[in-house]
Amino acid sequence: MNREFIKSSVNWGVNDKGYYGDFGGAYIPEMLYPNVEELRTKYLDIIYDPSFQESFHKLLKDYVGRPSPLFLAGRLSEKYGARIFLKREDLNHTGAHKINNTVGQILLAQRLGKKRIIAETGAGQHGVATATVCALMGLECVVYMGEIDIQRQAPNVARMKMMGATVVPATSGSKTLKDATNEAMRDWINNPVDTHYIIGSVVGPHPYPDMVARFQAIISEETKAQLKEQTGSENPNIVMACVGGGSNAIGMFYHFLDDEDVRLIAIEAAGLGVESGESAATTALGKEGVLHGSRSILMQTNDGQVVEPYSISAGLDYPGIGPQHAHLFKTGRGEYVSATDDEAMDAGRLLAELEGIIPAIESAHALAHLDKMKFKGNETVVICLSGRGDKDLDNYMKHFNL
Amino acid sequence: MNRLNELFKNKKSPILSIYFTAGYPDLNSTLDIAEALENGGADFIEIGFPYSDPVADGPVIQASSQVALKNGMTLPILFEQLKDLRKRVSIPVLLMGYVNPVLQYGVENFCNKAAEVGVDGIIVPDLPMYEYESLYKDCFLGNKLSNIFLVTPQTSEERIRKIDGLSNGFIYLLSSSSTTGKDLKVSNEADSYFQRIRDMNLQNPTMIGFGISDQKSFNKAAEYTRGAIVGSAFVKLLGTENALDRVGEFLKMIRG
Repeated sequence: MNREFIKSSVNWGVNDKGYYGDFGGAYIPEMLYPNVEELRTKYLDIIYDPSFQESFHKLLKDYVGRPSPLFLAGRLSEKYGARIFLKREDLNHTGAHKINNTVGQILLAQRLGKKRIIAETGAGQHGVATATVCALMGLECVVYMGEIDIQRQAPNVARMKMMGATVVPATSGSKTLKDATNEAMRDWINNPVDTHYIIGSVVGPHPYPDMVARFQAIISEETKAQLKEQTGSENPNIVMACVGGGSNAIGMFYHFLDDEDVRLIAIEAAGLGVESGESAATTALGKEGVLHGSRSILMQTNDGQVVEPYSISAGLDYPGIGPQHAHLFKTGRGEYVSATDDEAMDAGRLLAELEGIIPAIESAHALAHLDKMKFKGNETVVICLSGRGDKDLDNYMKHFNL
Repeated sequence: MNRLNELFKNKKSPILSIYFTAGYPDLNSTLDIAEALENGGADFIEIGFPYSDPVADGPVIQASSQVALKNGMTLPILFEQLKDLRKRVSIPVLLMGYVNPVLQYGVENFCNKAAEVGVDGIIVPDLPMYEYESLYKDCFLGNKLSNIFLVTPQTSEERIRKIDGLSNGFIYLLSSSSTTGKDLKVSNEADSYFQRIRDMNLQNPTMIGFGISDQKSFNKAAEYTRGAIVGSAFVKLLGTENALDRVGEFLKMIRG
């Protein structure tokens, strides 16, 4: 039995109060307290349980298709003068890393005796990953999605419906991801006993950021073993991933956190440019505050009202980042940078042309940062290719007049 | 002892509190509404400061918050409006809202300013007990501000005891586990929950809120606790024409 994925970093993991340095906690109204407290007191016991781990790893292998390959991208490496590996989360069932978390949480929900699953979704990737595992387990599934996103992401709405999920439009506020999250929280308040809320990123009240991180940690666990096999060393020089809420990045960083000679680079979405007013570069534009149950860094007005972000990539279009990211940012353990819409689109096309892989626009943000790096010698770089670009073809077609 | 403590000490009949969102329907209606409520017979009032992401609220208060923000309401503007509060209103006044605007204003500034304009208590539903106790309690108590905690049917007895120990005004019982603006379920389950709390003989008085919209639900609440809080039903009234003229009538309808 592999117990690696549950190891938590002593220096960078969550403490017993639910905090990562100054960030985290559980800023929730009393109505959510019993639900979150039930989870907090039980989640570690459940995921440490050998039968849980057996089920989790079996599903990841037989259903998700793990381990996902670690691919040495030869032509990309040649172009940038580094040894660049891609962690192929895009090859997972449903096309992105999101399913690692939903498989974990559905098994947990079953062990908590929950009969009904709710989730929020932006672009629909997490909604699809949730609808998928609910169909697999025969549990009722309700997905909240911003009214505007429902219009923008019709194929994912259809996928969720086909798998039996109910998609409920969030019509409040800005009608996008943050409002879908609000609606899911309201649903949970109104259904406190039989419902489990599958949050899709490393955000939300403690223990969600830690729990989701542990389920996504499989990404770096596999990477270490694969690197060892392919290069003889389990550590690269640099690890890179895109960040919206930050779940693929935490999964990609997780087992490298304590290896402090490994540089961790997180790429946020700058939208039309960090200073343009149309951006989702949270660490550049945000301040410390509380959103969706945890203290972190978020984009807000001076009065503490949450600002609506913008990015061409719906998966990075979130006004906050997970509390662990805020901690890695503040302490300098992680380097937080950004890429614009145009830079990401160009990087997506470049990968398609050089390697025959069309990345999700989210993942293309990570690739875009290669252009701004100066590599010393033959450094080894791992980039998390968090999702595939099929869902983004419309955007690519428009952008490049294909 | 602040105005709120005095009220609970002296008042014998059921207590009625009304919530409204500052900046709704108009930016500058805050004190006019507060005054109308006092004149109409409310025992104390809760002034909500709006937030962009009010997860504990149902559609009515969400919509009022959005309008208030669109009207330009902020905490600095609200405190500016409240400078004249004690010239016009003598009943206890609480401020209610979410934690992030308070954090951005600065918790200490917020408490000082609230005390300065004559506010008696604060309700911040998403401020956790641990953070309140370890970081903010002294600041609240130093300014004679009552911090009001919420309790739901799912809150454990142990936790209610802890809340009672940390409270210094009243305890806000949610009629059921729900967002604001749902009807009070007059069920055996609710009865036994209210009864259970009453039998705990807490040090602090209790009030019931969420789902109180008419005389029937108000009487139900007053049967078990010191009274009730009306929010969404009143905010709904504020959205209609000449609402201020009908505040007295509304309060009579609730109290019977």
